[in-house]
Amino acid sequence: MKFKLIVFLSILLTNTVKGQIGKPFIHDPSTIVECEGKFYTFGTGGGGLISNDGWTWHGGAVRPGGGAAPDVIKIGDRYLVVYGATGGSTSHKGIIYTMWNKTLDPKSPDFKYSEPIIVATSDGYEENDAIDPGIMLDPTTGRLWLAYGTYYGYTRIIELDPRTGKLKAGNKPVDVAIVCEAADLIYRDGWYYLLATHGSCCDGANSTYNVVVGRSKKVTGPYIDNVGRSMMEGGGKMVVATRGRLIGPGHFGRVILEKGVEKMSIHYEADLDQSGRSVLGILPIVWKDGWPVAGEKFKEGTYEIESVRRGYGLELAVDFTRMANAPRGFGQVNNDPIKPVPNQELADVIKNWPNGNINVRIGDYMHRPHQKWTITDAPDSTGYLGGPYYKIVLEGTERALTATADAQLITVPAFTGSPEQLWRIDQLTDGTYRIMPKIVPNSNKKLALVSAGDSTPSLAEFDFASDNSKWNFRVH
Amino acid sequence: MNKIRKSLHPVLAFFTLFSLQFFVNTATGQPPGFQRPPLPPIPIKGDTTHTLSRHFSTATNTKIAPYTNGFVHRWLVLEPIKKDIARNNIFTDNYLRNTFQTDNFLDNYLVVPKDGEMVKVGNQDLKWYGLDSKTFNFNLFNFSYDINKPKYGLLFWLVTVIDCPEEIQNVRMTAGCNSGGMFWLNGKEVLMLSGDRDMIVDNVASPLLTLKKGKNIIRGAVINGPGMANFCLRFIDEKGKPVKSISISKN
Repeated sequence: MKFKLIVFLSILLTNTVKGQIGKPFIHDPSTIVECEGKFYTFGTGGGGLISNDGWTWHGGAVRPGGGAAPDVIKIGDRYLVVYGATGGSTSHKGIIYTMWNKTLDPKSPDFKYSEPIIVATSDGYEENDAIDPGIMLDPTTGRLWLAYGTYYGYTRIIELDPRTGKLKAGNKPVDVAIVCEAADLIYRDGWYYLLATHGSCCDGANSTYNVVVGRSKKVTGPYIDNVGRSMMEGGGKMVVATRGRLIGPGHFGRVILEKGVEKMSIHYEADLDQSGRSVLGILPIVWKDGWPVAGEKFKEGTYEIESVRRGYGLELAVDFTRMANAPRGFGQVNNDPIKPVPNQELADVIKNWPNGNINVRIGDYMHRPHQKWTITDAPDSTGYLGGPYYKIVLEGTERALTATADAQLITVPAFTGSPEQLWRIDQLTDGTYRIMPKIVPNSNKKLALVSAGDSTPSLAEFDFASDNSKWNFRVH
Repeated sequence: MNKIRKSLHPVLAFFTLFSLQFFVNTATGQPPGFQRPPLPPIPIKGDTTHTLSRHFSTATNTKIAPYTNGFVHRWLVLEPIKKDIARNNIFTDNYLRNTFQTDNFLDNYLVVPKDGEMVKVGNQDLKWYGLDSKTFNFNLFNFSYDINKPKYGLLFWLVTVIDCPEEIQNVRMTAGCNSGGMFWLNGKEVLMLSGDRDMIVDNVASPLLTLKKGKNIIRGAVINGPGMANFCLRFIDEKGKPVKSISISKN
C-alpha cells in the first residue's frame, strides 16, 4: 500500500508539472494539426511528433528539407508545410520554402511531399532573416499570409497563393515588427493578431523566450499592443511566459477545436522536470477584452464545481445537515469571545448517506462535505489535446462522478476507472470550463455536463453560447 | 529560433569547422551528423556598401527637433570598443557598472566630445561621429557595419545635448536597448538597462526628473554581444506622452 501511495503521489506530482507526456521533445514546433484522427507537429531539424489523442506524444512525423521552425496549415484537402532552410545563420542568409502533402501520415500511400518552392529570402545584408515562418488563411477573404523573421531586423509578411503555395505575383514583403521571432498571424472578430516570441532561446533554463501579441484591423498592420505601442517599436502584450518549471515558451500556434474551445501549441525551452529538454506545450487560449492570453492547464485539487448558469455548486443529492452553530439575536449586546466555528466534516454527515449510487444536483454552495469535489489525473494514460482525463470524487471518499447511459449523472461508491468515470476538462475561450465524460455509455454522442435547470445537472451537447454548458472551479 | 546564432556567434568563430557543425546541430535541435544542404544563390537586394548615409545623416551645427514621438535621434557616437561576449545574459547591473567604468573614454560625464575627435580607450584609438538617425531608433549594428567595424561583441559610448527653452519638470527619460546599457543625465545615472534586453520603446523609465533650461547633457553606453546592437531614447511626461518641446544639438 505504501508503494502504491508513493507511485500515486509520484504520478500526481509529475502530471501537475508536465506539459505533455510520452516523448514530447521538440524545438520550434509547427502549429498542431489534425490529420486522419491523429495530431502532428513538426520541429527544427526535420521530423516531428505524432499523437493519437493529443496528450501522449512520440516521434515519427516526417518532414524533409531539414532547416528549422516549420509551420503547417490544412488548405482544402492538402497540407501546406512551410519551413526555413536555415536555423538562422551568422550570415543571415535564409530561405522560406513551402511544400504540399495530401497527408501527414508517413504510413499512408498518399504520403508524398511536393518539391519545395522558395517564397522568401534574406540576402544577408537586409534587416531580416528569412526563417521562422507562420502561416494564416484569412477566414474573411481566403487570402493566404505568411509572417517570417527573427530578432535580426524586421518580421515581415508576404502573401501566398493558396492554390499553389507560391508567392503571390507582384507581392512585396511588408515590415510589421522588430525584435520578434516565430511570428504567427491569427484572426478573430475583425482583428488580425500578430503573435511573436520575444527574448532569447536555446539557452536551456536561462532562455527568456515569451510570447507577445499586437493587433491590427489590417493584416499588414500596424500591429499595436495594449498600451498603444507598435510592434515596430518593440511593443507586445504578454500571452504566455515561463510557468513554474516550464521555462521559456515560444513558437505560438493556434488550434481551433470548435467554437469556444481553442488551444495554443508552443514549446518550452526547458522542462526542468525532464532534464531541461525542450518540450511541446499545449495550453488553452482565453480571450480577455479582445486579447488572447494563455489559460491554465487544469490543476488537480479540491473544488466547488460552480455552474455558470446560476452560480450554484454541484453537490451530492443528500439531506442537508444543519450545523450546530445558530444565529444569536441580532443587535443584542454579546460580549462572548470571538472564536472560529469548525467546518462541518465528512464524518459528521456521511453516516446519513446511502451506501449505493447517489444522484447529484446543483445547490446553494454552503461549503459542506457533499459539495466538495477532489479532481485528480485519472490513473489512465489517455487524454485529449492538452490534457489527461480526470477522476472526480467527493472529497475524502472514492465516490465518483459518473455518466449514465441515459445521459444523466450519478455518483457511484467506488471509482473503477471505467471511461464513463473519466472526465475531460477544457478551459474555454471566456475563461470558464467545459466538463465532458470520456464516453456516455451506449452512445456515440459527445456530451458535456450542463445545467438543465438551476438545480439540475445533466449531459447534453455543448453549446458555447449558453451558460448552461459552462462551469467554474472554485477554491475555498 | 535565430537567437542561438546571436548567442553563440563569437564562440563559434574560434572553433574548427567540425566543432562548429557540432555546436550548430546541438543548439538548433538538428540531429547529430545532420548536414544542412547548401543554400542556392540568393540575389542581393540592395546597397551593401559600408556607407553611413544609408542609415544616418551627418549632424549639423543647427539644432533639430526630436524625431516623431519625441525620440532623440541625434547622437555623438564613438567607434565601438571590441568586447568578447558570448551571451548577453551576463549583463548584470554589476557587470555593466564595472565595464562602463573600466572601458570609459572620460570620467567627466559633463564633457561633450567634438564630432571627429579621436580618443583612446585601452589600446584602441577611436573616433567620434555626430549623426542623425533616419529612424526613431539609433541602430548601432548598422553604424558599425557602415564604418566597416565588427558587428558583434561591442560597447558603444554615446553623448547628446538636449536644449530646453524653459525648465521642464516631472518628465521621465525612457529607453530601450539591445542588449544592456546605462544612461546619465547631467552627470547623474538615471537609467540602467541590465540583462539580455530587446530594443523596446519605453522599456525602462527613470524616476521623475527635471530638464533644466538650456543645455542638458545625456551620456549613454550600450553593450551587446551577439545580435543587433540598437537603442532608442526619449522623454515622456507624467501621463506618458512624449516630450517634444526640446531640441537636440551635438555641442
